[in-house]
Amino acid sequence: MTTDAPISCGHAAPRIVAAGDRTLLVEFPDRIDAETNARVLALSHALRGSLRKVRGLQSVVPAYRSLAVGFDPLLIGHDAVCELIGRSLQASAFAPAPAPRRWEVPVCYGGAHGIDLQALADQHGLDPARVIARHTAPVYRVYMVGFLPGFAYLGGLDPALHTPRRAMPRAHTPAGSINIGGQQTAIASVPGPSGWHLIGRTPWRSFDLRHADPFLFEAGDEIVFTPIDEDEFERLAALQDDPARRPQPLPGVGP
Amino acid sequence: MSARLRVEKAGMLTTVQDLGRPGYEHMGVPPSGAMDPGALRMANGLVGNAPGLAALEFTLLGGALQVLEADCTIAFAGSALLHASATAASPARSLSPWQSHRVPAGATLTIGPLQRGVRGYLAVGGGIAVAPVLGSASTLTRARLGGLEGRALARGDVLATGDGRRRSPRRWLASRDTGWFYRDAPIGVILGPQQDHFAPAEIGRFLGATYRLAPQSDRMGLRLDGPAIAHARGADIITDPIAAGSIQIPGAGQPLIAMNDRQTTGGYPKIATVISADLPRLAQMRPGQPLRFEALDPAQAVQRWRDYTEWVHAREDELRADPNFPIFPLLFP
Repeated sequence: MTTDAPISCGHAAPRIVAAGDRTLLVEFPDRIDAETNARVLALSHALRGSLRKVRGLQSVVPAYRSLAVGFDPLLIGHDAVCELIGRSLQASAFAPAPAPRRWEVPVCYGGAHGIDLQALADQHGLDPARVIARHTAPVYRVYMVGFLPGFAYLGGLDPALHTPRRAMPRAHTPAGSINIGGQQTAIASVPGPSGWHLIGRTPWRSFDLRHADPFLFEAGDEIVFTPIDEDEFERLAALQDDPARRPQPLPGVGP
Repeated sequence: MSARLRVEKAGMLTTVQDLGRPGYEHMGVPPSGAMDPGALRMANGLVGNAPGLAALEFTLLGGALQVLEADCTIAFAGSALLHASATAASPARSLSPWQSHRVPAGATLTIGPLQRGVRGYLAVGGGIAVAPVLGSASTLTRARLGGLEGRALARGDVLATGDGRRRSPRRWLASRDTGWFYRDAPIGVILGPQQDHFAPAEIGRFLGATYRLAPQSDRMGLRLDGPAIAHARGADIITDPIAAGSIQIPGAGQPLIAMNDRQTTGGYPKIATVISADLPRLAQMRPGQPLRFEALDPAQAVQRWRDYTEWVHAREDELRADPNFPIFPLLFP
């Protein structure tokens, strides 16, 4: 089922397609870029505002260039959800984007915390220090949180660092891994399998069940990486044992 | 005092599950929960619990538990033989599934292998008591959260139970109509959302083929063996959300169906999505079992979901209906 959204908002209208009997997928242009992702997140924000108000609306899951809307089909029909998406697209096109939060995330690159740094540098004919310099230069944007709880996919990786995924995924990689896979870089939140290259690790816990809201990052946040050495990693990791020392976004930026 | 349960035989994969933790998929948290939620609801109904209380999900082989400290009411929703013995040395007494039983402290309860289907649910009066994570007791082993320490049960684990009614009425499913779980009919799908990544002939191949459930299938996803499906333009899409029942076609072309512990997002094109009504049936399919797909439109899919929901509710109503069931005695008075 394909439905043309009624609102163009000065852009090509997103496509709305069924993903089963209880999910509609809203598809924006098929590319990874900040402007497309901003449109996804604006729509997500508008729809999340309806979650508790519209009976049967169950979930809003944004990704890079698409967004899934989950609903109970016995309480609300496909057509009504389509209409709601259309209205939310219109509302989101005129809503000012909220100022993003910015986080300065400490990362210990290379060594035991970034076992693939040297190999990745060799692959690109770069010195590891140049890889670190290129990885810490951009202001990244969290394009989406997905895969596993709190796992933050970042946009803005220097094309010189784009690296195909490992041929053999690793069964176990630690929480806090800073990794590169294809055109993407990410902050891993929980231990898990991964086919990405591990170039460093942050002592921060971005999924921490000691807090009522266990997620540190959300889609739309800005991320800057700051290199630290192993001693600083150990010091900051020890501080994290105290829940009161939860990392905070930079003051003066964001809501 | 509430009973506690000590795991004597953990079985193949036994986890604490309830109806899952919806509402956090945008933060990367899979919904988890019972793979066959209808069966979980009936197990809970049989012991007088609210439908969504935490129970134990057994996989294929069953297991064994010893009841400690207090008597409890149990019921098993699934096709397995149950036995209880007062002590390790005493003879076992067989118990039927799909009905409640009062088991005394000290007794050992053995759940045999599943004879049909893959998953069965043991509910205990008061529910399995574990600390909820993001509003749910469900275990997600991949992220080590929920349930008992985020993992499958192991021999020697002791589980607490909630406050059940001390004397609960005996309940059973009189109709014994459990056919929905194991019905042999094509699995309904709605094509898309990425069917345009496949040539019409490949979609025809997918809908015409007989697949078999591969043994590597788990709570995250079901892998199918059978005809490979070719992509029209590569096996990669920009990572997008994955719904329950999404049928991804990875590079090698063998379909992969996303289930309860699925990753919330993924980068393979999805040829079709399994309809809600057929997900529980899919969750009960055994490794090697053949299956075919049938394309439906959303209106047909919603009608089947309505039928399935009404079937589950009818059985729950049956369990609640008669307040005059006798208070039944302990197994070993």
